[in-house]
Amino acid sequence: MRSWSLIRFYTLLVYLFMFTPIAIVVVLSFNDAQFGGFPIQGFSLRWFEALANNEPVVRAFRTSLLMGIAAAVIATTLGILASLALMRYNVPGTNFLNTLLIAPVLVPETVLAVGLLLFMRWLDQPRSLVLLLAGHVLIALPFVVLVVQARLVGIRKVYEDAARSLGANPVQTFFQITFPLLMPAVFAGLLFAFTISFDNITGTLFWRPPGVETVPTQIFGMLRHSISPEINALGTVMIVITVGLPLLAGAVARAFARGRL
Amino acid sequence: MGSAMARALAQDEGVDARPWVLLAPALLALFLLMVVPMAIIFVFTFYEYIDVAVDRPAFQFENWRWFFEDSFYHYAIWQTLRISAITTLVCALLGFVPAYFIANTTYRHKWLLMLLLILPFWVSFIIRQLSWVHVLGSQGIVNAALLWLGVIDEPLRLLYNEATVVMGLVHFLLPFMILNIYVSLEGIDRNLVSAARTLGCTEWQAFREVTLPLSLPGLAAGSLLCFVLAGGSYVTPLILGGPDNFLFGNLIYDTIMMELNWPMGATLSVVLLVLLGSLVVIYGRFMGLSRLYKSLN
Repeated sequence: MRSWSLIRFYTLLVYLFMFTPIAIVVVLSFNDAQFGGFPIQGFSLRWFEALANNEPVVRAFRTSLLMGIAAAVIATTLGILASLALMRYNVPGTNFLNTLLIAPVLVPETVLAVGLLLFMRWLDQPRSLVLLLAGHVLIALPFVVLVVQARLVGIRKVYEDAARSLGANPVQTFFQITFPLLMPAVFAGLLFAFTISFDNITGTLFWRPPGVETVPTQIFGMLRHSISPEINALGTVMIVITVGLPLLAGAVARAFARGRL
Repeated sequence: MGSAMARALAQDEGVDARPWVLLAPALLALFLLMVVPMAIIFVFTFYEYIDVAVDRPAFQFENWRWFFEDSFYHYAIWQTLRISAITTLVCALLGFVPAYFIANTTYRHKWLLMLLLILPFWVSFIIRQLSWVHVLGSQGIVNAALLWLGVIDEPLRLLYNEATVVMGLVHFLLPFMILNIYVSLEGIDRNLVSAARTLGCTEWQAFREVTLPLSLPGLAAGSLLCFVLAGGSYVTPLILGGPDNFLFGNLIYDTIMMELNWPMGATLSVVLLVLLGSLVVIYGRFMGLSRLYKSLN
């Protein structure tokens, strides 16, 4: 069928449009040339080495990592508790509460950023890491809620009822039945929230305290001069972390599932 | 202790307080980090700007007067709406066919196509945006190839214009569009197309009369997301745009972070919120927001 092969070709072109630029960044990060662009002058790992010795980059990396972990833990905790409430109990106004929990996605991030900033100013507080963390939690929360709710649908209350009727007390039921069943949702939430925080730049440019950089803002600052090969190397490292981590987690989860069967 | 208290409350009033205990942390966070800040933005629009980083609580309409009288702001709104609309249109044109392909392919590794579609969400936004400098920049692959072929002697200036801003936004938003259309297409009962074909429709007619109308909800959800996310961004123009290719978000960023004029920045933020928020509200009235949640997942 001719039209179908046209459709296939079109799809291929769109996928190329999405992935070629990213692939180029990865390729160029191994380029031995002095500048960040073409032509390619041989294979080298020296830009990764330079990266590891670049004090500001390493510091930004540490900030992003800590911020990501803290934001993930907080957002996932809040998200799971709220999702449990909405899915397990008949709460009046469930629709409204759901919309409220998702609302941070519907408000332009720039506006959320300005809001938090002005709130701090109104309270006469300087920009701090706490503000940055709060912002990241706010942005990650809706996504955590969405992911967690999708996973929670699969956990039916009968398992808990069965445990209770077999003589487990509520605490035992939670730790031996509910919590293990919740684990996939917890992991998905943590991973998602971490990625969102680690990648955030729109809000972070507003919220970060003076002198503090996360990896994206650090890259943004370095871009002001020109694209150095170090930026490419940093990009490759970011891609390995934010893509490799979830893929690895997915593979591990699947391996576990298979092992149990 | 919490649950004991909750049970006591429940017995007293006949209301189950346990879900509210679970909801409290998230609702408190949203209240403090979103609801209160939004109210404060609104209050700040009436404050008086004195000097850089200095303002005074007041109730006056100077900021709003500025906004309504300065045609520069009106131009910025027009440009933001134009760029967002073009971005959305390009996303729809580029995204429909791949969504259709993924929904209908019998390819064994369909999961791979889906995974590749979700993958860009995980690749750092700023890396995805700056990657276009490697494609179109003066040292980018296009210029390098043309120079090498001898077609040109000097690198062409392909970057830093409205087209590259749109392209950067499309590159960022296309997966949202494809996923939304895909979800719609996937939900269509295959028998409907077969029925149309048996009743004498050509393949194209069946697509136009059955598949396309049934995919419109996905197209609408994808378009809303693309439009709102494009209209709210400011980082893409900073990386891929020239000085004239700013969006409304850039004005907010400059006013707040460079000029330190918080009252005006607050006013502009309210404008952006109303502009994009009204689209969400209109969409919500007609289509319901629950579809949007699904599409974000």
